[in-house]
Amino acid sequence: MFDTFPLWPARASTTAGSVDALFIFLVALSTIMSVAIFTMIVVFAVRYRRRKGVAAEQIEGSTALEVTWSVIPLFIFVAIFVWGAVIYFKERTPPRGATEVYVVAKQWMWKLQHEEGQREINELHVPVGRDVKVILTSQDVIHSFYVPAFRIKQDVLPGRYTTAWFHPTKAGIYHLFCAEYCGSQHSGMIGQVVVLEPAQYQAWLSGGAASGSMASSGQNIFQQLGCSTCHRSDTQGRGPNLVGLFGKPVQLEDGRVVTADENYIRESILTPGAKIVSGFKPIMPVFQGLVSEEQLNALVAYVKSLNPSPSGAAGGPAVVSPGAKPQETKVQ
Amino acid sequence: MATAAITAERENYLNQEYGIKSWLLTVDHKRIALLYLLSITFFFFIGGFFALLIRLELLTPVGDLVQADTYNKLFTMHGQIMVFFFLIPSIPAVLGNFLIPLMIGAKDLAFPRINLLSWYLYIIAGALMLHCMLTGGVDTGWTFYTPFSTAFSNTKVIEAGLAIFISGFSSILTGLNFVVTIHRMRAPGMTWDRLPLFVWAHYATSIIQLLGTPVIAVTLVLVVLERALHLGIFDPTRGGDPLLFQHLFWFYSHPAVYIMILPSMGVVTEIIPCFSRKRIFGYKFVALSSISIAVFGFLVWAHHMFVAGISLYAALIFSALSYLVAVPSAIKVFNWTATMYKGSITFSTPMLYAFGFIGLFLMGGLTGLFLACLGIDVHVTDTYFVVAHFHYIMVGGAVMGYLGGMHFWWPKISGRMYPESLGRLAAVIVFLGFNLTFFPQFILGYLGMPRRYWQYPPEFQVLNVLSTAGSTILAVGYVLPMVYFLWSMRYGKAAPDNPWNASGLEWMTTSPPPTYNFDTPPVVDWEAYDYEHIPAPQEARSGG
Amino acid sequence: MADSPIAVEQHNPALKHHFATMEQQREASSLGMWLFLATEIMFFGGMFCAYLIYRYWYFPDFAAASSSLDITLGTVNTAVLICSSLTVVMAVRAAQLDRRKQQVIYLALTLVLGLAFLGIKAIEWTSKFKEHHVPGATFNFEASLPGHPEQPVDQHHAQLFFSLYFAMTGMHALHMIIGVGIFSYLLYHAWKGAYTSEYHTPLENSGLYWHFVDIVWIYLFPLLYLIDRKK
Repeated sequence: MFDTFPLWPARASTTAGSVDALFIFLVALSTIMSVAIFTMIVVFAVRYRRRKGVAAEQIEGSTALEVTWSVIPLFIFVAIFVWGAVIYFKERTPPRGATEVYVVAKQWMWKLQHEEGQREINELHVPVGRDVKVILTSQDVIHSFYVPAFRIKQDVLPGRYTTAWFHPTKAGIYHLFCAEYCGSQHSGMIGQVVVLEPAQYQAWLSGGAASGSMASSGQNIFQQLGCSTCHRSDTQGRGPNLVGLFGKPVQLEDGRVVTADENYIRESILTPGAKIVSGFKPIMPVFQGLVSEEQLNALVAYVKSLNPSPSGAAGGPAVVSPGAKPQETKVQ
Repeated sequence: MATAAITAERENYLNQEYGIKSWLLTVDHKRIALLYLLSITFFFFIGGFFALLIRLELLTPVGDLVQADTYNKLFTMHGQIMVFFFLIPSIPAVLGNFLIPLMIGAKDLAFPRINLLSWYLYIIAGALMLHCMLTGGVDTGWTFYTPFSTAFSNTKVIEAGLAIFISGFSSILTGLNFVVTIHRMRAPGMTWDRLPLFVWAHYATSIIQLLGTPVIAVTLVLVVLERALHLGIFDPTRGGDPLLFQHLFWFYSHPAVYIMILPSMGVVTEIIPCFSRKRIFGYKFVALSSISIAVFGFLVWAHHMFVAGISLYAALIFSALSYLVAVPSAIKVFNWTATMYKGSITFSTPMLYAFGFIGLFLMGGLTGLFLACLGIDVHVTDTYFVVAHFHYIMVGGAVMGYLGGMHFWWPKISGRMYPESLGRLAAVIVFLGFNLTFFPQFILGYLGMPRRYWQYPPEFQVLNVLSTAGSTILAVGYVLPMVYFLWSMRYGKAAPDNPWNASGLEWMTTSPPPTYNFDTPPVVDWEAYDYEHIPAPQEARSGG
Repeated sequence: MADSPIAVEQHNPALKHHFATMEQQREASSLGMWLFLATEIMFFGGMFCAYLIYRYWYFPDFAAASSSLDITLGTVNTAVLICSSLTVVMAVRAAQLDRRKQQVIYLALTLVLGLAFLGIKAIEWTSKFKEHHVPGATFNFEASLPGHPEQPVDQHHAQLFFSLYFAMTGMHALHMIIGVGIFSYLLYHAWKGAYTSEYHTPLENSGLYWHFVDIVWIYLFPLLYLIDRKK
């Protein structure tokens, strides 16, 4: 609204519109309720103020009224709950094919890695009109990834991944706040999200990283750490075949079935003994303490890249087979 | 009129015995209530002082008054002191202790020595907390989230944790005392459906204190052990889970907010019938709503964790349950309003505080609906919207209820009248100052200003300045009653037994009461809030 | 007149001034103790909750860690505590029958059994200390998963088990120590003849406390010691 004295946050994502609509409804509802009660109190205070010779009327109560003013609010509450739940459900379900950005939070900065390889500190460039999914983890304490203009927030935890997504609708520069107290410079952990028009975004991307895409960095690490010795792309490996694994159900030795998502890949690298795949021996070495968060992110990106990508997916890295030599991925 | 009149020379609990030993070793619930009054007032002003420093720092967007670490300690200790050393004890330990035996016609609480022990535990905890603050402080936020509190903070987490642990036992023993007293010590004829609703409110509060406080106690034990011995219960680098801490913490800390508000609601439910000269509307429903709030309050804790990483389905369940707990609170507001209908209303200071309570609690409660709503909460959680919400309830609600109750029962407690016009003035100042302090924070929150920020982007400044201005006005409103209550103890007009012509057994004994409360133990054969048979008082006397 | 039951009650030296009758006082004390035990359930409940969650997540490691506990000593301790609850009940019974000497004997037995429990616990903890199973800098749990000789136990998870083991048994032992203190006090007063058929409320209520601490152990023992033991 006003530049120096805004009263409403910028609206820059698809979610922002729905959240604002619900908020305005709640404000209207609350105003009506408050005005109604305040008016009644004022009217009663004036109309029934103490006057000589006029006694108060002793009224015990009215079950009918009590039921009415319990049930009607309850219905209204159910409606609000459902409306809010629908928005939340959408917010917690990232769409397929979203561009992925890996975010590592640490005291007191944001480190971001694009799939294509660009790294940013405290700044995130994204294009208008595309779904973006952030995959978040922390190096130390709990932080929280908060972009008011998008109306999204997600706590960032050490030891696991959490995700959030958004679809920017308006170019501009928006605040990125840490919203979970994390120590001395918690209020200094402010970054910005730079939303660019698609053409400008492509231009920004091509100024990009010399080190290649995340998937190819991941492939390098995969070979350096010797993962390819056991995880082959045929049935002869001592470890499960990772091609086509990501996102699929996995049968474990104890009978459970889990989904191979980011957290599963991460756990399998750091503490492989936690979930043994059915039919395999528990011989994988433990990598906890031997890989950094950024390396883990690259490995996760690499495993994802082993899925055959749907044709025409923009920005997704091409399938890289485990045994092939790493190569520079062309950036359009 | 002689204004220097000493309270009637007949023996009462204040003049029965003199000397510091008679106070520090008392087992009289009324004296213990005054001991608590002194201590919690002390902590209120310390917590308030921290708040003022916070607001002063936030006048400008840059951090220029104190350093970042200091600021982090200020908001942490403001929260800990206000929650554990002011709000949780306040009404129960002062007004509850004083009034519950009187209201039910008993000579004392069930366990008078345990009552004194409660106070000493509180004092020991308070001393430990003071020591912690003076020798470095703690900077984890009052919520102590791990792994920051267990493995990263360089401040005195263990000491603060132990102080709160000890204060928890004070709270548990008070709750235990109240429940047994209400069950076993009621005078003949004082059946459950004749109990003042103030007593019902404290019964519900005590249930929460008994069942909830032990959980935070054991959680703090685990945090202290983890920090001291480098265990891994909440540390992901050692196989632990930080979310486990959050669940254990909020399992108590959500019901704790009902410990803080239910007694205030009880106070308001005594004041409104008195100054409307009619019985409360819907007695059974108001009593039941207190119990419902206590029960449902235990089922909603994870609504503090919607973005913390809990599953989608858990979030849905806790959001739905949170709406359930709003219904009994709404019932109370409607019943209070309906009580005024066709009443005969006057506007003494207690009544003004009750009005303020209804208005501000209503706004605080309505904004709770925003927070229970998943889609909205994602945006506003951990922002100033939440800060505004809980201050509307805690300060606009609980503190105003506390002040209203202090004014209402001051004649009974001290045997003196406070100056009425100053009382009304202070109530209005508090109301105005409060709204100016906290309403802008709703806007700040929706704009996106996060909590616990020492510095902030400049576009948030104007609203912060408004808020700070309000806080100075609020401070004046709080200092005034301190001053004139003290003044009244020496120079206030002597109070009659029942200055408000209120119903309730406490008004049927002298002001102040004798040590054993009643000269002859009462036998009750009338209904609660029987205002038909209590005549209206004379025209309001003018203030001192 | 002067010998009517109420008149006699009001002069009972054990009647506190704020109670009207001995019955009211007894019922209030009893309710107070039951409520206190409810708070204790919530207190231990927090730790049990944490334990159950981690046990569900890390079952194999917890099973391995649990099997390093001395099941013989644990069983003996369980028997000791159950016997001590019996002696407490017998002491209350003796008071009901106005038998002072019997009270003293049973209370003394209870104390001996309680101290025996604590002694055995001390032995267990000492051996854990020697084996480096105490969480902290010196922690080291060399073992492999039961049934999987080639797979080592996760050190972090094993340390979690032992953290909770020491926290829970330590908290329990603290309650035992307090119980021993209370029963020493009771023993002294029983010897002086304070507890009769007319008034033995402190014995009854302390008995409740002791039984509760016993029940907590009865849950602790299988949860901690008996995970997945196959002979």
